[in-house]
Amino acid sequence: MSFAQLIGDWHALAVLFVAGVVPNQIWRMLGLWFGGGIDEGSELLVWVRAVATAILAGVIAQIVVEPPGALASVPDVLRYGAVAAGLVVFLLTRRSIFAGVVTGEVFMLAGKWWLG
Amino acid sequence: MPVMRARFLIPAKSLVALPPLDSPQWQSPWRAFAWGLRSITQTILTLVLFATYLGIGALAHDTHFSLLWALCSTLFVWAGPAQIILITTLGSGATVIQSAIAVTVSAIRLFPMVVSVLPLMRTPTTKRRELFFAAHLTAVTLWVECHRFLPQVPRERRIAFVNGLGFGLVSVCLTANTVGYFLAANLTQTLGAAILLLTPLSFLFSTARNSREVADVVALALGVLLYPLAAKMNSGLDILVSGLVAGTIAYGVHWWREVRA
Repeated sequence: MSFAQLIGDWHALAVLFVAGVVPNQIWRMLGLWFGGGIDEGSELLVWVRAVATAILAGVIAQIVVEPPGALASVPDVLRYGAVAAGLVVFLLTRRSIFAGVVTGEVFMLAGKWWLG
Repeated sequence: MPVMRARFLIPAKSLVALPPLDSPQWQSPWRAFAWGLRSITQTILTLVLFATYLGIGALAHDTHFSLLWALCSTLFVWAGPAQIILITTLGSGATVIQSAIAVTVSAIRLFPMVVSVLPLMRTPTTKRRELFFAAHLTAVTLWVECHRFLPQVPRERRIAFVNGLGFGLVSVCLTANTVGYFLAANLTQTLGAAILLLTPLSFLFSTARNSREVADVVALALGVLLYPLAAKMNSGLDILVSGLVAGTIAYGVHWWREVRA
């Protein structure tokens, strides 16, 4: 791998800026701008946090329902099953993130191995 | 009590090892920065981030982006799902505009996240520009960790603490990107899938762990369940629609319980 390959071309970096950095940062900067006038513990903030949580839940669901890259090679039932199994263990272990994540991963890997 | 086991499996709030609020340790902002930096060792999410960004590095390599490009995306975008969406859409031949729309919808969540995190570290004299880096560093991991760590940090040192925590997490992820980029050729498809599955699993459980009120749980559960329905509408704004509906219902539950109480 050459040095030039590691740097890449300026066109790709310009695309990163236009399609990645600006569309992403605009929301953080809006939050910084408008966040100033909102009181900690206000009703508005409770709603805002609920919507933030639900949007994040949508992002999670999207990665599982419409999987990117190599994850698309995993059958639907294994992806959904992995999340469900992880969730059950997460709840049984008094909300251990570690136990939930490991269970989900093991379920998916075992399923892939079993299905061949 | 099996303390060792609990410490490893259940990173409970009481086990965060920070000095007491009135300790002289907190007098210097640089000390607070260092405590923030050190706190990356206090959370399992650092490992999950490492693996996730290993995957993003490998994904960038396989989609023929340069290492510099991958590192710049981590440094300037700093949101795992947005980076995965950006790489996969551009890699599958979408136009710059199509990618930008997909990224911006996934990033809307950053707005309420920043709005809810910044009040945790603001004092009456805080200027907006002092919060710039904290706003930039805000993403799901920092959001979760702020709610966990900040009650144990004196308010006037919270910005320095968060900058240290964020600096540490970004450094871990840049390292992971580089390792993943060079490992990419050797990653099997199954391992690649396992790494990509880490993102939804860790996001789901870390958010669920941080849910204190019924409204949070309702928002999370409904948000997951409503997304496939909203996706059927094919509006391109699926996540926004399901998020607004589920979040507003969750707020309604909160409001109804308060009124009754």
